[in-house]
Order: sequence, then structure tokens, then C-alpha cells
Amino acid sequence: MYAYDEIDRTFLNERVSEFRDQVQRRLAGELTEDEFKSLRLMNGVYLQLHAYMFRVAIPYGTLSSRQLRRMAHVARKYDRGYGHFTTRQNIQYNWIKLAELPDAMEDLAEVGIHAIQTSGNCVRNVTTDQWAGVVPDEVEDPRVWAEVLRQYTTLHPEFSFLPRKFKIAITASDHDRAAIKVHDIGLRILRNDKGELGFEVLVGGGLGRTPFIGKIIKPFVHARDIISYVEAVLRVYNQYGRRDNIYKARIKILVHELGAEAFARDVETEWAQIRDSALLIDDAMVDDIRSRFSYPAYEKLSDTPDELKKADDPRFQAWLQNSVAPHKEPGYAIVTLSLKPVGGPPGDATAEQMDAIADLSDRYSFGELRVGHEQNLALPNVAKRDLPALWRALDKIGVATPNVNLVTDIIACPGLDYCSLANARSIPIAQELTRRFADHDLASMIGRLHVNISGCINACGHHHVGHIGILGVEKNGEEVYQITIGGRADEKAELGVLIGPAVKYAEVADVIEDIVEAYLALRARPDELFVDTVKRLGVEPFKERVYATR
Amino acid sequence: MPLVKNTTIVADEFVRVADEDSIPDGPVLLPAARFLVDPDGVLKRNAKVGVIWPNNKPIAELAPYLDRLAAIALVFPTFRDGRGYSQARLLRERFGFRGELRAIGQVLRDQFVFMLRAGFDAFEVKKDSDAAAFADVAKRYSVFYQPTGDGRATATRQRLSHPAEAARS
Repeated sequence: MYAYDEIDRTFLNERVSEFRDQVQRRLAGELTEDEFKSLRLMNGVYLQLHAYMFRVAIPYGTLSSRQLRRMAHVARKYDRGYGHFTTRQNIQYNWIKLAELPDAMEDLAEVGIHAIQTSGNCVRNVTTDQWAGVVPDEVEDPRVWAEVLRQYTTLHPEFSFLPRKFKIAITASDHDRAAIKVHDIGLRILRNDKGELGFEVLVGGGLGRTPFIGKIIKPFVHARDIISYVEAVLRVYNQYGRRDNIYKARIKILVHELGAEAFARDVETEWAQIRDSALLIDDAMVDDIRSRFSYPAYEKLSDTPDELKKADDPRFQAWLQNSVAPHKEPGYAIVTLSLKPVGGPPGDATAEQMDAIADLSDRYSFGELRVGHEQNLALPNVAKRDLPALWRALDKIGVATPNVNLVTDIIACPGLDYCSLANARSIPIAQELTRRFADHDLASMIGRLHVNISGCINACGHHHVGHIGILGVEKNGEEVYQITIGGRADEKAELGVLIGPAVKYAEVADVIEDIVEAYLALRARPDELFVDTVKRLGVEPFKERVYATR
Repeated sequence: MPLVKNTTIVADEFVRVADEDSIPDGPVLLPAARFLVDPDGVLKRNAKVGVIWPNNKPIAELAPYLDRLAAIALVFPTFRDGRGYSQARLLRERFGFRGELRAIGQVLRDQFVFMLRAGFDAFEVKKDSDAAAFADVAKRYSVFYQPTGDGRATATRQRLSHPAEAARS
């Protein structure tokens, strides 16, 4: 947990009062919608299909139980009793009223939560591994550096009107759970051969209508230089990024048009001018930030408690196998709470669920929670002996579906049901797929398989990096869907390959079933993952299977 | 459009000269193209010279003239185009420009704090009501999270110099 102090609280109050003034001026007609737009976007407020949408940041995916309760309160008081967790460690409310937004923000600010820069053409919420600080294999807690960068980028006077939005993600583990290769800047924390802490820097990754995997432009930037290096990247981008065409304005296009080497040279030239400035990070600054992350007082516990040995309910065993991951402390575990129930919209939680989960985190996880880019929650500090009791409680509130990383753990954008940009529905496709693969033994036998669905080319459902990607487009007034396979967002990130012509809405679930059946017949071993089979065989056998009878 | 300097509305001493006009006596603000025809000649005048510099032209081209230029006006064609902020910081922090740095174009209330932090000290404000509110808006924030050349202490510096006041929550 990161603790805000008086300085941070003062800042948040100043921000809320500024926004209150902006809303008042908008409602009084002193600001045009065009003028108001970028101001509200920098406070996380979108105008959607039916209403204003409010996107609240969950910096580096860490939440306290008190903060989650406050999010439930906002859902209940200002929205329709639920919230939607997104792929970039945010929560969205879909039905909020403009006039009430300042009050909702004030309620959130009281617990150190805000919506600053969750949208707009500025540096967005810096994201990281949802298991940061508790996972066994990390170099160090990446949240410390996410917080360093969060502070540095908050209301940055030079970089608040960039050509386009700008997203930074950080990982500190061998296994990348933060999808850093599809971010504008991806940072991988590592140590050099002298044992010094630093970052490998990738630039120009991103999805949308022109997807790219990020390129390494600097294999090692010393940790003390990371702010000046990021500033150099942002300054080059701010000056030379395209502003003539919104679809070519992301940094990935600049990197692509210049070439990664030329871009890296420009950054290096700029960096040489600023690296020994006030941006140099001294140890006292990092120590101060590190000291405000609190860690639980773990007990010495058995790693194989009797409570686990006695628990023989097969439903519990299925959940234990699927949703519980190893922790850095013996006797503890990381528990993922699936927000992907059969037939439900992915990533939604009701206010009642949020309150109940907050209570369970107090009881079983030192009052701490996490949000991951797969749109699930996690309790990061659960004593293994408590797992059976916790499971019963989670099962009761519908967040113990044992489908984490399985075919029904679908990432989907809001699609045509909410979004004014969408061309096609996403959520109903996801819901149908969860029904098709509802049988746990089948899903479990299929193994790890990420299905990602976007309702338009802007790719909020990250379809390019789904093991199976589904992209809804509109053709002659009809919703049709392009299917890609072989994408992935982790340390081996790749973009999926189109298998053939788009298929109709009603056929999507059948096609996915065909692809899965083809995989089951083609895989070399039961533990060869779907993506690995695609990598080995290419798309042809899948294409044949899908289109032979269509 | 009202001009704000030192948080108050003032009369503009500079006469803006169009490309085709002859240069009058007294302080003038010239378009970049006009200025670049004969910069050294223009700068020999007995009155202040300022230049309006577009946001897609490298600011380094002005380096040879900075000690003789009284003012530089940077352009915000829309408030969404933030190139002028980088130009301003480079002028102040890298090239050491000490003259008037003016923001022109679509300059609105909600950019004032960013502009002040980037080094602007003169503002041609689009709306009268925004110009009138300048002094209040400029004081809106007391906490700044990142260093720029404006010398304001960052949140980190505040914390490290007054640890007691920044008591943990």
C-alpha cells in the first residue's frame, strides 16, 4: 500500500476544486463542449453513447479495502450500483451525471483515489504487474518506480497536451503480466552486471488500428536516470509526433517512420542535455517513496497446512488449481478473483460484491487488493490455511469461477452496448463464449487460452494480442467479426494473424469452437499451449478447419 | 485580446507588424519570416524587437539572436497543441532566454498554470473573463510533482525538507 501524506491530499483537493470550477463553467455555458472536452478527459470523464463515463485510476493496480469500499459507494450513490474494471488498472462508471461528478471525485479524494489523466492526450495511469511486491521472482517491487513516474507525470506542464495519449507500463518479473511490449513506453526492471538497478526501455508498442510490438531503444538506463530518460522520450515525441492525423499521432508511428535507431539517437541527444539536471533521482527520494509502501507483517506459517490437506471438495480443488498462485512468503498465496462468471459481462462488479470483497480482504489479505489487466481482482496476501474458508465466501458472492487464464477468462471492451466509437457488440459475444465453454473440465483440458474481443478497430479489448482475437467491424450495416490467432501480450509478445474472411455475429461462437477443436486435435502434448501450437503449425490448419464447411 | 503580465492586465507596448507592412518606430513584434529576412539589421533598431515563432520551427534557430530579442511569442493554434510548452522550456532552461516570453493563440484559463511553469510570463488571453481571473487561477495549485525551470519546490523536496509537516496518513 502507498500512503498519501498531507502534501498529496492538498494536491488532490486542489484538483477537485479546479474540476468543480470547470464543470460549473461548462454548465453555465462559459466553456464550449470543445473547450471542456480536453479538461474533462484529463479528469477521466468521457461522453459515451448513453451518458458520461467516469474512469478512475487504480495506480499500479493496488487498492486498500477502504478504497474499494469507497468505489462501491460511488457506484451506489452516483451510478447504477456497479463498476467495470478495465485492462489498464482503472474502474469505470457508465451512468454518471456531469453535475454530480465533482462530488464523486471529492468522495474518492478522501481516500486518496483520483481520476487524473485516465484519459486525454497526456501520460496515462502508469501500470504494472498486479502481483508486484508479492510474487517470488521479481527483481524489486515495480510499484516504487510506477509511483516515481506517476508523481513525475502528474499534471506535467510540458506534456499535458501531447499529440495523443501516452501509456507507460513496468514489469520486474521474468513473466510479464503488465504487457509492456504493447505500451508507448515499456520498462523492464533489471540489474546490470555490476548489480546496479536499471531499466530496459522499449518504445512504440501499441495496438489500435496500426499495431506494433515495442522496440528496445536502450538496453539499460540506470534507475537514477529514468525520469530524465522518459522526459527525453516525451520531449522528442511532443515536438515531432504527428498532429495532422489522429490515427497517426501515437509515438509508435513516429518511431516507425523515423526508424527505431534514428528515434533512439534523437532521444540520446536530448537526454545528454538533461540527464544531470534536477531530474536526477537521488536515493533519498526513492527511499522516501519506498518507505510509504507498507508490507504486511507476515507470520511464519506452514506451507502445507492441515486445512488444505483436509479440503477435498472437488469444486474447491478445481479453484485451488486454477486461481491460486505462489507467493514469495511460505504459507501464503496470491488469490485471483474471477470477474468472468458464466454469462456475465467481463470485468464488472456490483457495489455489494465490492463491499464483500473489501471485507474479505480485511479478514484474509491484510486489507489489500489488486487489479490486473485481465480485468480480474486479486487478494495478494492470503494465508494458505485460510484458502478453504475464503473460497466458500468468494463462491457465495460469485467471484470464484475457476477460469483464470482459461478460454472463458475473456478480455472484452464495452463495445456497442456502451461505447460511441464501437461498430459491433463485444460483451454479448463474450457472454455466449462463457456459456459454450462453461464446462470446467473441458476448459481446464483446453488449458491456457486468452480470448480478447474488441468492438472496433481502436482495439480496447486488445484483440491483436489475444491467443484468439475477435474484432468486430461494420460491413454494409451488419456486424461482422475478424478472427486472429497466435497473438500474445507477455514477454514473448506477438500480434495475431488473421485466419480469413470475417464471419457473422451469429457464427462467432461456432468458429471459436472449431478453432479450439482443431487445436485439441493438433496439439503435440496436452501441455502444449494453444499459442505454441499455432506458432509451430501456423494458421493454415486452423483456417482450413474454420472455412472448409463455410 | 487582453494581455496579462505579472498577473494583471496591461497595455501591449509592442505593435504587431504584418509581413507586408513597413516597420514603424517603437517596439515591434515581427512574424518569424519577416524577422529572418534581416535579423541583424532589425535588431540594430533603437527600439525593442520581438518575434512570433511558430510551433513547428526549431527554437534553436533563434539562439544567435536571443540576447538582443526583447520578446518571443510562441503560438498555440489550439489549446490541444502542446508544442509551445517544449519550446518555452528550451528557451528558458537551455538557451537562457530572459526576455518576455509570450503565449499567443488559443490561450485559456486552464492552461495558465502549465504555461507559468514552462516559463511564460506574458499571456494574450482569448477571453476577458479568463484574463480577469488570472491572479486567482495562477494560485490554484500549491503542490507540484515535477521540477521545471520555474524554481518551484517539488512535492518530494517539500517532503524531504519538512518531514514533520508531511506526517503519514
